[in-house]
Amino acid sequence: MSDRQAARPRTGRLVSFVGRRWALLFLVAEAIAFCFIARGFFTLDTFQLVFIAGVPLFLLGLAETFVIISGGIDLSVGFVFGFASVVSAKLIVALQGAGASPGLAILIGCAATLLIGMIPGYFNGVLVARLRVPPFIATYSMLSVTYGISELLVEGSQAGNLPYLSSVIGTGFIAYFIPGHGFSFFTHERVARGTPVYSIIPLVVVAAFVFVAIFVFLLRMTKFGHHTYAIGGNPDAAVRSGIDVKAHLERVYVISALLATLAGILYMLQFSQGKSDAGASYLLDSIVAVVIGGASLYGGVGTAGGTIIGALLLSVLETGLRVLGVATFNIYIIVGIILIIAVLIDQFFPEITSSESGASP
Amino acid sequence: MDYLIEVRNIVKRFGGLVAVNDVSMGVGRGEVVAVLGDNGAGKSTLIKVISGVYAPEEGTILFEGKPVRIASPMDALSLGIETIYQDLALAENLNVYSNIFLGREKTRKAAGIFPVLDHEYMHREAAKVLDGLVIKIPSLRSKIKSLSGGQRQAVAISRSIYWNAKILIMDEPTAALGVAQQSQVLELVNTLKARGIGIILISHTMFDVFKVADRIVVMRRGRKVAEKIRTETTPDEIVSYIVGAEAV
Amino acid sequence: MSTENTQTAAQVERRGWVQILARNWALAFLILLFVVFSFTGKGFLGLTNFENILYLSTTFVFLAASETFVIITGGIDLSVGFVMGLSSVLCAQVMQSVYAAHASAAATMVVGALVGLVVGIAPGYVSGILISRYNVPPFIATLGMSGITNGIALTICQGFPVAGLPGDLVRLGNGYLFYSFPGKGSRFFGWPPGVTDSQVRELTRILPNGLLLWLVVIAILLYVLKTTRFGQHTFAIGGSIEAAKRAGIDVRRHLVTIYVLSSFFAGMAGVYNVFQTGVGNFTPFNASYELFAIAAVVIGGASLMGGKGSLVGSVIGVLLLAVLNNGLSISGVAAFYRFIAVGIILVIAVVIDQLFPDLL
Ligand SMILES: Nc1ncnc2c1ncn2[C@@H]1O[C@H](COP(=O)(O)OP(=O)(O)OP(=O)(O)O)[C@@H](O)[C@H]1O
Ligand SMILES: [Mg+2]
Repeated sequence: MSDRQAARPRTGRLVSFVGRRWALLFLVAEAIAFCFIARGFFTLDTFQLVFIAGVPLFLLGLAETFVIISGGIDLSVGFVFGFASVVSAKLIVALQGAGASPGLAILIGCAATLLIGMIPGYFNGVLVARLRVPPFIATYSMLSVTYGISELLVEGSQAGNLPYLSSVIGTGFIAYFIPGHGFSFFTHERVARGTPVYSIIPLVVVAAFVFVAIFVFLLRMTKFGHHTYAIGGNPDAAVRSGIDVKAHLERVYVISALLATLAGILYMLQFSQGKSDAGASYLLDSIVAVVIGGASLYGGVGTAGGTIIGALLLSVLETGLRVLGVATFNIYIIVGIILIIAVLIDQFFPEITSSESGASP
Repeated sequence: MDYLIEVRNIVKRFGGLVAVNDVSMGVGRGEVVAVLGDNGAGKSTLIKVISGVYAPEEGTILFEGKPVRIASPMDALSLGIETIYQDLALAENLNVYSNIFLGREKTRKAAGIFPVLDHEYMHREAAKVLDGLVIKIPSLRSKIKSLSGGQRQAVAISRSIYWNAKILIMDEPTAALGVAQQSQVLELVNTLKARGIGIILISHTMFDVFKVADRIVVMRRGRKVAEKIRTETTPDEIVSYIVGAEAV
Repeated sequence: MSTENTQTAAQVERRGWVQILARNWALAFLILLFVVFSFTGKGFLGLTNFENILYLSTTFVFLAASETFVIITGGIDLSVGFVMGLSSVLCAQVMQSVYAAHASAAATMVVGALVGLVVGIAPGYVSGILISRYNVPPFIATLGMSGITNGIALTICQGFPVAGLPGDLVRLGNGYLFYSFPGKGSRFFGWPPGVTDSQVRELTRILPNGLLLWLVVIAILLYVLKTTRFGQHTFAIGGSIEAAKRAGIDVRRHLVTIYVLSSFFAGMAGVYNVFQTGVGNFTPFNASYELFAIAAVVIGGASLMGGKGSLVGSVIGVLLLAVLNNGLSISGVAAFYRFIAVGIILVIAVVIDQLFPDLL
């Protein structure tokens, strides 16, 4: 390793320094570019919108990061997301019907959904680890099954009638600033039309980042994270070194489903509804975020931080293009091209990427 | 002497790592040359250069005295250079005779126009070669994944024999075998040698080497550190070259 | 996960008919579905319904057939669904312009179909180069291409079906090879002269064009895969890419050809889709046609690890999924159960495959 790097000429090192951080540089560059070319991009609201719109990507991307580092893929995250939005909405409405206060109903409903949401993940894990079903197939099956069950629950429509409180939480902010009235937390007093209200730090983003922090810690700092890399790098070697690979993989898929479930719950709070295909369109974007973040689909390589950068890159891109009024179609094309370029860049700097991320935890 | 194949001053790098450094060697008709060296000494890399898997950065290759370019495995094969790799490289999902004919499948014309694979022919021809070997394979229609290590080795070897190898390169042919099968393979080496085939044999087993080799080449950290006629050296001397304990 | 399967051929042989049934479970299951639905679904057994099943499955036969080649090499093509959409939209757009310029219906159809077919090749060529030359994993290369083709298709049609095409399209696409009417003679690809709409019931129709096309395509691909060197090399690459390279097979070129082939047949599915529906259709974002095709291929006995797969199996897989969808809805089962059923069948497919490996 050190031999080879030493052999690299100086300019080569500069290029690979850039190559290794291209996603971050791209993110900064596109953000700056949009500030100049997209009128209305450089505002507090848009800035926060990038994060709000990015919540599903952060969570699903992180879910996918665990699975992809372990050498697998999880196609079911999008529909586990939808499943969770439906289940939580149904539960909250039912609990309220049974006489619980809105606050209690939301609390219990969400907590129960987090538990229920782990079930598809557990099945994925069993199929992949114990029955040796390829991850692609196992999680596609679970995609079908969770979709079918959510559709059964909502009977072809969507789950609604949620208490007002849920949207207060889902669309709420930590603090508000009204010129002349000062700061207030969580709610703000009614003001006359036209009075500017500055909303600061969305609650859903806070909730998402609490979980992101926990799981980034798990992946980077703990033995569990370390083993995830080991399994992705070489499952046979991991078995021989005494890691319980089967149990570990099960947990990886449960984590994936748990994060997807959380994303589904936040969606439900934000839009006051449960919809079985609500998360469908995030599947590809979340994989793209992971790949932009430097992970390899062959397993063993990748970082949570990289994924978050990848997700932000996509979120800024999408928000920026929306502000510019560019049609959604073109976003597909751009994302497709970025995805391919992401991998090509990794191909050009293979030893760098692997020495950095492979040994990361 | 007249070499069948000769390499001169070969250099092969992987990034900054010089896997083969300025190595020259050759093998003549009916001669067995053993290449020895510690793990990572560059033995496999050297023979992959000869068999067209890697293109060397520097150096020349001469075949029957004339310079040749071996840019791909196909080039090597068409010169009559056959290689049995350490990892055998058989398609496990294909059956025995398909592997023997891999890349050079025999076809016939169905209905006079459509080229189709001639399974009968390939099966028959494969049976002929395998009949001459000591190692038996139950059915030539079984897939490689159902065969034992020795049987796989036999398939790999018959593949080379069938294609009239002039030069046979074997990378640790006995490494995965039981004692009985090991001596069968060595016997096979002697048979092929008697047919005038030039053989390059990589091995870690001193016993094998001294049993069949005519000449011994020792590599260490990518360089050739010794070349000895077998009858003029001893296992002890060779070992000292391999580990680099003795500076001669 | 990668523990070797150590059963020997002899052990497997001893299992006899269980083995045979297990290796052909998809076919057995398809037959079982037929029997069950004949009882539970009113009108399941009947020419009209079979035509219906055929109508729904034709494009998927093309998608699954080409996906079979890709999967045997150990790759995957996630772009087929959107390539199909691009070809469909582009084919229709060209037809619309040509037709609006007062070209004959026949000329319009030929030009449009050719454009659709040729354009279908492009995404596969790009994926193939990325995969074989630049080592981009097939999953990523084709995923990227699916985004790009989808975006281009939507830009062309602006999110609406492309209409204004000759009416002969559907007559040909949903027509039959041979028609015959008592007393008025018979004709290929069209009604005998003098037959009126009211007499349709008495018209004898033989072999739907869609079925004819897919039979021809499958026959050709079957020949290529099972009997030619190209087919043999496809299996070899999936079994061990190293072995294939060292045996002198030009693996790079072969892989490019494979992805071009896959994309070409996806394009053909798109063109056929125009003939079937009479309009150009983009592929909806969540349609997951490619996942459906991959599911069919896996049900048909292919392994995503490569080296294994069968065209006949893939066709059976498509039919199984189509009959399942059709039969369940005819039997009045809510649509949602279909998704659950598909998920379960897919898992069964892989598990059975692992319990009963084919070693001979
Ligand atoms: N494809 C490759 N890419 C990068 N480095 C390589 C590659 N192949 C071999 N090397 C390196 O080149 C050196 C020589 O390897 P080689 O396989 O030739 O050794 P060897 O003498 O055959 O060892 P062994 O006895 O263990 O088979 C090693 O340090 C190895 O890590
Ligand atoms: Mg070696």
